Formats: sequence, C-alpha cells, structure tokens
Amino acid sequence: MATLNLVRREPARALHQPAPSWKWRKLGNALATTLMMLSAAAAVAVLLLILGHVIIQGLPALNIAFFTERPLPPGEVGGGVAPAILGTLEMLGVASLFGIPIGVATAIYLSEYGRGNLARLVSFTIDLIAGLPSIVIGVFVWAWLVRNVVGQYNGLAGGVALAIIMIPILTRTVEETLRIVPDPLREASLALGIPRWKTILRVVLPTAQAGVITGVVLSAARAGGETAPLLLTALGNQFFQFDLLQPTAALPIQIYNYARSPYPDWQAKAWGGAFVLITLIGVLSLLTRWAIARRTRGS
Amino acid sequence: MVPSSKLAPPISEADVTVPTPVPPEPVPLEVNQDGPSMRARELSAWYNVTRKAIEHVSLEVPAHRITAIIGPSGCGKSTFIRCLNRMHEVIRGARAEGHVELNGEDIYSAQVDPVRVRRVVGMVFQKPNPFPMMTIFENVVAGLRLEGGYSRASLEEVAERVVARVALFDEVKDVWKRGASSSLSGGQQQRLCIARTLAVEPAVVLMDEPCSALDPIATYRIEELMVQLKQDYTIAIVTHNMQQASRVSDYTAFMLAEEDRIGRLVECGPTSKIFTNPSERRTEDYITGRFG
Repeated sequence: MATLNLVRREPARALHQPAPSWKWRKLGNALATTLMMLSAAAAVAVLLLILGHVIIQGLPALNIAFFTERPLPPGEVGGGVAPAILGTLEMLGVASLFGIPIGVATAIYLSEYGRGNLARLVSFTIDLIAGLPSIVIGVFVWAWLVRNVVGQYNGLAGGVALAIIMIPILTRTVEETLRIVPDPLREASLALGIPRWKTILRVVLPTAQAGVITGVVLSAARAGGETAPLLLTALGNQFFQFDLLQPTAALPIQIYNYARSPYPDWQAKAWGGAFVLITLIGVLSLLTRWAIARRTRGS
Repeated sequence: MVPSSKLAPPISEADVTVPTPVPPEPVPLEVNQDGPSMRARELSAWYNVTRKAIEHVSLEVPAHRITAIIGPSGCGKSTFIRCLNRMHEVIRGARAEGHVELNGEDIYSAQVDPVRVRRVVGMVFQKPNPFPMMTIFENVVAGLRLEGGYSRASLEEVAERVVARVALFDEVKDVWKRGASSSLSGGQQQRLCIARTLAVEPAVVLMDEPCSALDPIATYRIEELMVQLKQDYTIAIVTHNMQQASRVSDYTAFMLAEEDRIGRLVECGPTSKIFTNPSERRTEDYITGRFG
C-alpha cells in the first residue's frame, strides 16, 4: 500500500522518525516486563524451595521398610509408614465410593435437568460446601458418625469427610464439561428415539469423559492432602488396620504427628511422608493433564 | 379439535365421520394411501410463553414424496418440521399445540410416547452431528445399540445395508470399524448421519436444511440420495435454497413470518406449480427473489 497511515492522527509521518514519547514508552515497557518476570520468578522460587527441601530431606528417609513396615515406638530406629499409606488409599477409596456417584449425579442434575429454585438452591449449597473450612466438615462428621453412630474414631468417618470435600470440586468440574457438550449431540440421540436418560448416560457422559476423569483426579488429589478433618474422624493408627470402623492411619496425620515429635528419626520420616504425599498428588495431577490433553486432541 | 370423547372407541372412524375444522389454507393434495403420510392440522408452536413461532400451520406430507418447506430465515420452517417428530418440545420451555397425524394417528395425543414417535419419524440436522466418542460403525448403529438386544452380527448386517444405501460403503469400508467419524469429510459425515437415521428403520425422514453446511458436490450427492430414498421413505425437507427445493421436491410449501414474527403457511402445492404459477403474490415475490 502506498499510504502508510500506521500512526493515528499523524498522517504519513516517516516511520524512522520516532514519536516524542517513544523513549519513555520503551522504558516503561522494559520496567513492567522486568517486574512481571520477577514476580513470576518469586512464585516459582517458593515452589521450588518447598519441593527441593522436601526432596532433600525426604528422599534419604525412604527405604523398603518405609513402605512396608508399621511405625515403631519412640526410641526404636526403623519401621515405616505403611499403615498410613494404606489408610490414605483406603479412605480415598471410601470417599470415591460415596463422592463420585453423588458428585456426578449432582452435576448431571444441574447441567441436564435443573432449572428454577431447586437448581439454584443445589448450586448455592455446592458453593457453600466448597467454601467450608475443612475442619468444620471434620467437626460435623465427628459429631455425626464418630460420636453418635460408630462410637469411636474410625476410617469410614474419615472417608465420608473426604467425600464431602470431593463432592463440590467434582460436581463443578463435571457440570462445566457437561455444559460444553454441544446440544446437537443430544438432539441427534433423541431424534434416534433414544430416551433422555439413556442419551445422558450413553452419549453425553461419554463425550464428557475426559472432564469426568479430570474432576475425579482433581478432587481426589485435594482430599488426599487433607489433615484437619481426618484428625477429628480417622484419628490415626500406628498399626495395620483393615477394619474401617476402627481408627485408621493416614499420611497427613502421620506427617503431623511425626513432625511435632522430638525424635530425629520420626522427623526424618515426616519429611519422607511429605515427599510420598507430594508425589502421590503430583502423579494424580499429571493424570489430569493427560486427560485434558486427550480431551482437547479428541474433539 | 376432534371431539373424540363423544365418539369414543374406534378413533379412526371418528376421524372419518367428524368434519374437521376448515384450515386457513386448504391443502387438497394427492395422498398416497400405500405409505406413511403425515398431516399437520392447525399446528402452533411456542418457544416460551410469549414467543410464538408458528401459527395454525396445516400441511400434508404425502407418502413416498419429497415435500420441501421453503421460506426466509425466521419463518418457522425449522420449528414446524421439528414439531413433526416432537423434537420441538425438547427445547426447554418450548411447546406445540394442534394435531400432527401419522397415518391418521395423532402423535400429539396424550397416550403417545414421543420416544416412539422419533423412532418412526427420523430426523437429519443442519450440521452433521456424529457422536464424537464412537467409531463410524458405532455411530451408524447407535440407535439400535443403545436400545439393546441386538446381536453383533445383526448390527453389522444393518450397518452394512444402510451405509451402502447412502453410498458411503466404498469410501469407509476399510476403516469404519475403528475409524473416528471426525476423520470423514462434512458430506460423508452428513451421509453417515442419514445412515444412522435409516438404521432405526423410520417410515418418515425429516431433514432440517441438511445441505446448508456442505459444499456443492456434497450437496449434489445428498440430493441424489434423497430422490433415491423416497421409494422407501416419506421425506420432508426444510431448505432455504430454492434451487434445491425445485430440484428434488415433489411438493413445496412456502412459509412466511410477517411483522408479528409468527410463521404461517402461505401456500403449498406441487413444486412445479409453486415455482411457475403460484397463486399467492407473496410466494411469487419470494420465488423471484424480491425479498428473503
């Protein structure tokens, strides 16, 4: 083009002749960029510091016994946190058993059926639960399951507390994914004479599959790191315990107890436990990434 | 409208003996008694309490013919065709009033299950909408597979038959058991959707602007297919492409929404008559491109 009218209100100005404010603009740009990079670096630095410290302190504590043996009494060196790892997995299993069906069903209700006041109430309640401090959930489950129903601290109560933490995260994630499933797909299925419920279960939900996986993994990762509600429900246990109506060990509780102890061996094991917990959650998060990548590639 | 309660048991007789109210646009068309035909009587449809989309549309869809519904955007032609298999009410808040008869039986009567209606009256949509998580084969037999109770062998037999019917078999035969439907072109996807509709063995096939997302060659192939399909199916097609209507259809109905934005049937009749010698001035204006 002949007319190089790139700068507004400065017609046909020669491009090699800089605008008067050019120097300051360039300086401002450099300043802002530097500030942003420093902020980003600070955030990453904190993360790396924590990670690095946990790895340096935690890695030496890991050995076969750490993963296979039960904790030993104070003073005796050795043993491991196997009951805690098992307990965490057990309680996450219980939490998934209750939390996944309820969370997914709530999401289906909100996205596919819910309208009007009831749906608004459900949606509001979900937000409310998501905002509850986890210790409050712990107190509630303690008053209900520990004190009134079972009569003692138990793993089932821990699982239920974790389920309550999982449900809002799961519901929101799945609801969002169900909402982005295009309506023409629902219509295509309905027009084939497939009933609504089957359309949702066999067409809409599989299409949103990756989102459901993401929600499950995300909420499980969040619940797996919770300590406060477990202190009030599962309590912790130094022995192998497979009865869910008995006090059950969990990694976060083990870390909490060991980290507060005066024994160097226990303190080392607390770092080891932290490392295992971070790895567990990290692996879950990587699974999420993988699911998201699959979703974006798939559609 | 029909006081069937007074003339209780044989409903078919009631339809014969009771004179129906005269529709605003009389539609005396040749009706083939040997196949599935549809008849809308005094059909009105709403999107919500206040938004009325069509009013008092009465139209015959004769058996083994292609009936085209044309009209400018917003004239309610898609709304109308979606009422013919009760897909309109799927939209939240939407509702329809009036009668639509399929072989004399009112599909809007309270005893009729809309899911059954959609089995008999299939629908192809504007944009190809194969199920993304299913293979080509699974897409084709989705209706039967989700209904359940069919053996793998019978599903394969049906799939092969309908895929061949839409002239897709040669193009997909090597990959269709594992290939994703997204690997197909737009035209192939639309033929896949037609095959999927045919697989549940409907009597009537409704097509809502089936070619508007396709290129001319793919459009041509779909049109060719429609003409072949009318031997076995009764077809109604919504199109805003007048050339398409004149090329493929036997009957044409012209709908129009005036200032009140409520669609009404202006005129319908044999396609040759509508396109050469319409009785309504508004039809002529639309056909000759004076508006729309």
